[in-house]
Parts: sequence; C-alpha cells; structure tokens
Amino acid sequence: MSLLEIKNLSVEFGSQDNPFRAVQDVNLSINRGEIVGIVGESGSGKSVTMLALMGLIEAPGRVTADQLVFDGQDLMTMSPAAKRHLVGKDVAMIFQDALTSLNPAYTVGFQLMETLRLHMGLSKSEAQKRALELLELVEIPAAKSRLSAYPHQLSGGMSQRVMIAMAIACNPKLLIADEPTTALDVTVQAQIMDLLVSLQKSQDMALILITHDLAVIAEVAHRVAVMYAGEIVETSPVPEIFYRPHHPYTQALLASIPEHSKGAERLATLPGVVPGQYDRPIGCLLSPRCPYANEKCRNEHPKLTQTHGSFVRCFTPLDEAGRPIV
Amino acid sequence: MFNFILRRIAVVIPTFLGITVLAFALIHMIPGDPVLVMVGERRLDPEFYRQAMQRLGLDQPLYMQYLHYLQKLVSGNLGESLVTHEPVMAEFLKLFPATVELSICAMLFAAVTGLAAGIVAANRRGTAVDHVVMGSALTGYSMPIFWWGLVLIMLFSVHLGWTPVSGRIDLEFDIPAVTGFMLIDTLLSGEEGAFASALSHLILPAIVLGTIPMAVIARMTRSSMLEVLREDYIRTARAKGLSPVRVVVVHALRNALVPVVTVIGLQVGTLLAGAVLTETIFSWPGIGKWLIDSISRRDYPVVQGGILLVATLIILVNLLVDILYGVINPRIRHAR
Repeated sequence: MSLLEIKNLSVEFGSQDNPFRAVQDVNLSINRGEIVGIVGESGSGKSVTMLALMGLIEAPGRVTADQLVFDGQDLMTMSPAAKRHLVGKDVAMIFQDALTSLNPAYTVGFQLMETLRLHMGLSKSEAQKRALELLELVEIPAAKSRLSAYPHQLSGGMSQRVMIAMAIACNPKLLIADEPTTALDVTVQAQIMDLLVSLQKSQDMALILITHDLAVIAEVAHRVAVMYAGEIVETSPVPEIFYRPHHPYTQALLASIPEHSKGAERLATLPGVVPGQYDRPIGCLLSPRCPYANEKCRNEHPKLTQTHGSFVRCFTPLDEAGRPIV
Repeated sequence: MFNFILRRIAVVIPTFLGITVLAFALIHMIPGDPVLVMVGERRLDPEFYRQAMQRLGLDQPLYMQYLHYLQKLVSGNLGESLVTHEPVMAEFLKLFPATVELSICAMLFAAVTGLAAGIVAANRRGTAVDHVVMGSALTGYSMPIFWWGLVLIMLFSVHLGWTPVSGRIDLEFDIPAVTGFMLIDTLLSGEEGAFASALSHLILPAIVLGTIPMAVIARMTRSSMLEVLREDYIRTARAKGLSPVRVVVVHALRNALVPVVTVIGLQVGTLLAGAVLTETIFSWPGIGKWLIDSISRRDYPVVQGGILLVATLIILVNLLVDILYGVINPRIRHAR
C-alpha cells in the first residue's frame, strides 16, 4: 500500500459563485521511501496542492477531495485536532524562503524544541539534547552555540538547514520540500540538495520535491509529476521522462532547458501563456498553445490515462520520436 | 544591552532641558501673576505689589528668573508652592499615587480589552465580529472624555446607582496612607467593605480614562496582527501542527506586539493629559486636578515643577518602552 494516496484533490479560491480552481482533480500516490518530483511553471498549482495536503489552505480557500489517505488514515474525514497530530510529525514541510520562514522573535533552539515537545512529549532537557543532535545531523557547525542564536544571525543556507532540522525532528514518513533551494546561491543549493537526499536515505522517508529545476529531478527523483494550470498532465518514472516525454507540455518543458538550445540564438519556448481565471479553454487546457492540438483537443477535456508505465492527460500522446500518435 | 540603555539615556538630556524652557515660558505667558491673583486687582497698593514681586524674585528679567530656576533645579530643588508654602516635590509625591493608581487601572483596562479586541478582530477579519469590535473602537476613540465621563456617571451612578459619583473612597472610612494606593491601603487596613468601596470609586474613572488608549491599542493590535498572520513563519508554525491558539498567542502575538508596545508607551502621555480631565470630572485628588488648580492660582513653581515631573515620567516610560523593544525584538537589541 502506498504511503500517500491523493484522489481528485481540488482547491478553489474566490467567491462561491465565481470560484477559481487553482488545483483541479489531482491524483497522486507516493510510496514509502520514494522521491517524487513535482515540476511545472509558477502558478501551476504545485505548492497549493501540497499546502492543501498539509491543511494549510486558509479560508476563503476551499479544499475538496474524494480521498486524502496518508498512512492508512483519510485526512479529509479527520478532525482538525487529530490532523494536527500528523502534520509536523509524520508529514513535514519546508519552504522556499528559509529566512522568513523562521520566527524572528525566538531562538533556533526554542523553535526546534517546540516541535519535539509537542509531538514527542519530551522533557525540556531531552528536547534540548535532541535539538542539538538534529542540528549536528543537518551539518550545522558549532551546533551548540546555534541553539541560542536568533534567525537574523543565520545565513540563508544555515536557516534552511534549521528548517530541515525542524521538519525531520520527529522522523516524518513524508517530507515535502517546496522549492527548498530557490532562495539560495548556487553552491549552497547543491549542499542543501545533497543534505536532503542523504537524510531521505538515512531516515527512510518519502520526499516530495517541488522544483523548477529539471536537473535536480534527473539527479535525485524516482518519479516526476508535471503540472500545468492546476492539473497533473503527466506522471512518469525518472529517467524515462527525459528520454520519452508523453505529453506535449512535458516535451516543451524539456526543450526549454537552456542546455538543449546550445548554439541556438534563442531558447526554445512555447508560445502563449498559462490560462487564467477568465480564459480557461473548454477542452484540453494546453490546446491553445499545443502545436499538435486538433478539433477534439479543443472541445473535450482529456482524462489522465495510463500509457507505457506513465499517466498522461492527452488525446495525442507522443511516441518515442516525440511525434503525436494519432 | 547596557550600551543600548546608555545610548537611550544620552538622548534624554536635551529633551529634558527643552521641557524646562517650555514649561517656564508657557506659564509666564499667561496674563496675570501670583500676587494679582492672591490680592485681587482692585485694591492693590502699588508699593505692596512691588515689594511682593521683589520678595518672590518676579521683578527680575525673565532669563534671570529662568537661570535661577535652573540653578535650583540642578541641585534637586523644585521650589515651594506660593500658596501652601509646601515643597513642590512633597505635594507631588503626596498626590501622585492617586494619579498612578488611576492610570495603571485605566491602562490595565485599555491593554486587556484593547489587545483582546484587536486579536479577535484580526482573526475574524471581515466578519460581523470584526466590524462590531472595530466600530466600537472608533466610537470610543472619538468620544470627548468629559462628555463620556458625564454619560457614564448619569447611567451608572445616577440612574442605576451602582457606583459613587466622585472621590476615592466613602467618607465613613479613614484609611491610613501606607503606600498611597487606595486599593492596597484598604486591604492593609483590614476594614470591612473598604476595598469594595475603593474599587467602586475607581471603576468609572478608570474606564473613562482608558477608553481612548483602549481604542488605539485595539486598532493597532488588529492591523499589526493581520500583517504578522501573513508572514511565512506563521505558515511554518501551522505546518508544525501547533494548535491555532498557540500559533496566534505564541508565534503571532509576540511579533505583533512590537508596534503595540510603542503605542502603549505613547498612550501614557495621552493618559496623563486625560487624567487632568478625568480627575476634574470625578473629583479625584491626583496631580491632574492639582495642576489645574495651580494654573488658576498662577502658582508658578507648582506648575513648572508639576509639568517637569510629569514630562520626566513620560520620558522614563518611553525609555522603558525602548528597552522593552530590545527585549521583545532581538533584532533591535543587536543593532549597533
């Protein structure tokens, strides 16, 4: 049985009469110890999907799902109090901007120990001991003195390490990393990524990695879900997805990697923009931008269907040569 | 931390000098002088007037008077009242506890209700609760103190008869002044019913005096809280699985408090200004009423000394607020 099973998760914002669906019918399952990447451009619903899973979407946002099963328990039918026993303990999340994600008014030690005492019921001295271990685990130098440091005394990379220490404090079964390296400079990015992957192995947790960086996906992920305009358009194993993208959007995404356009004057792009609230197409959401779109694509909304070990939301999935199968 | 406090104190000295100039200049600008007020203008013998002015040192040029005043001040002497011949400091200390007691109770009322109202409104933003709470705050803020005091007296003292109209305690009680705070002294005296009497005398003035600060604190808390609730670290706190109450009280409130504490500090000035009106309405024997009486008697030393002492107090409170900032917000403490 998979660790996480999301069935038809949708998130709406705005008024009841005129809602905007930021996330629509997302289906995703994660196995224990698996690393799954979620890619897609800004506003495609990657973060919102994960925030919804964590229960962090606030009114007036509305979350609906047929099922949101984590470790055998359906989060949708749980009381908020019961859910809080899971969130932060068995499912943890780290965010993009570590500098602003730590509370400036409290020491690193306080913020670490808070989680430990809440979920593990540790005494103050036990929590302190464990907090120190955690800081050492995330390779923070002079860990002992960092316990009494305030967030403004830490660098960006150091803050993200603290965030990671907080997230893995209670040995979570699933860690969600929402663009954990975006706000950091390149050398630190690599360090943080290495740390995350080594922790994933040593703690044996599943990792969901939200990122723009396809190179990172190629290196660490087992599977990848591609999101476009609030929908998953393709889930495929890595590295297959890089050799044989099934969805035209995935193909375009891969083509836009700068390395693929070496020597060319311009980077490969997909014309047009992601549809917003008022210009959502009736048919396939990509149809106005898709080079292969036909009449059916423009009038009917495709479902996620299985082809060659991948799930694809397309009427004309691509073959090995990258041409649509008619 | 020590350096931080020293730097703040250094700023205080010029402020203090400025206040002595202002207090001195303002009271001398009011037409009339103590001698005229005491004997009346009509039957004034010019020779007697000249002698009296000379005796009081009021015949000298203003700048000389000021320098003399400053000289005495430096040696810690605030002078004596021209009317009672009591040292200004002694009179101040005798009346001050009454004002402090009233102000503390008013501030307690303002801070507790203001903070609670602001927090509730922020967390129920856009709902009827928010509108009602903030509407009441605006109404409270717009209310003239003297009118609001009279309305409350009419309602609670005259119509309902729940509270007394004026004074600090019923006349039947004779409470020895130990601390000067009636609430504490009545408890110490052990007289039955004395504490209840003191409390019932205090409630209305405290509410009247605390209304404006309460409104300011409520509005400040709400907007500050709303800002903080949008911060990334609040999302982090919620992602830890903390209860909503803990997220608001521990993680949001501490950060939201920084501007609120400033406002509370600034309100101490408003409070003492308001005390002048409130004490007059409720015949509360504090320094507000003392200052008003002294102004009409042109009791120069009392007015100057009183203003100086009140200003010193406000400076001290602001200093305290600055230091408190450093405690609440570690980033300020570490700034060099």
